Amino acid sequence: MPDTYIVVAIALIAFITLLTRALPFVAFGKRPLPSWVNYLGKVLPPAIMVILVCYCLKGIHFDVIGGFLPELIACCVTAGVHFWKKNMYLSIIVGTICYMVIVRVM
Amino acid sequence: MREFKFALKQTFPIFFAYIFLGIAFGIMMTEASFSILTTVLCSVFIYAGSMQIAMIPMLVAGASFPVLAVMTFFINARHLFYGVGFIDKFRRSGWRYPYMVFALTDETYSILCSVKYPSGINEKNADFLIALCNQSYWILGSFLGAVAGRFLPFDLSGIEFSATAFFLVVVLNQLSQYKSKIPVMTGLISAVVFYVILGAEYFIIPSLTVAFITLIILRDVISHRLGISEEVPHA
Repeated sequence: MPDTYIVVAIALIAFITLLTRALPFVAFGKRPLPSWVNYLGKVLPPAIMVILVCYCLKGIHFDVIGGFLPELIACCVTAGVHFWKKNMYLSIIVGTICYMVIVRVM
Repeated sequence: MREFKFALKQTFPIFFAYIFLGIAFGIMMTEASFSILTTVLCSVFIYAGSMQIAMIPMLVAGASFPVLAVMTFFINARHLFYGVGFIDKFRRSGWRYPYMVFALTDETYSILCSVKYPSGINEKNADFLIALCNQSYWILGSFLGAVAGRFLPFDLSGIEFSATAFFLVVVLNQLSQYKSKIPVMTGLISAVVFYVILGAEYFIIPSLTVAFITLIILRDVISHRLGISEEVPHA
């Protein structure tokens, strides 16, 4: 495979990726932000974060029980530990270990 | 130094996810017979996990540049929504501004959304170090995977769930702290509806777009509940 192809391809992917991240910043330049942008800045994060959780879980499927049960149990455990102890690190560690154990035994 | 310790603590949940996913990326790149240098350079300059993994088969197949450009745009289009809340903050970050924009991944975004700064800390440096730590984990993981991935003596599969668990915890925190549940419910409902209609591959952009529009439409209601109604001009 010619190396110039790989170099140009990687540069292109890097540029387009940066473009998607930079567009909101470029769009408003140095102008003062309209109030609806400030409003969106406050309310978008909760909506985006919950969509991101769904994005992480998009690989689940319901044709076999092992297609969704590990994720379901691990999410419930994470949430349960979080309601119980209110410690973010503990919730994440327990939830992840739980998931790693389940995918090995199922 | 205080900022660095703070950044390490905030990025701790991401450490595991990025190291592991980085290793997975490194192994896949090696198996597609790319060099260690190419693998590391991708993680330095592209720095987008799912995109880097998706691009491997396309590069191997020699996909044309227009195809690569369009695919990259669609896989990363969710990032279009991330900057909106950080325009003011990043503008004020001085020399760190370009890097903060470049390094705004899903994981860095979610940390910056939920971070609580202790008093007396330099917030700009803390944000910058959070972004830098995350990318360092990603680069380190890619390097390890490319160099030694196949010789790892332990099986880490499933550790990528730490990113999911982290996002979930951020959502739970937002639910308990937010005065209005409408933003979370808007996101959840549009994600589930489009997941059911369009399936796993295509639901993310429509659900982000519809959530975005819905939140604009509901501005008066939500602003009122959040107690920011004074910013909204009323007739």
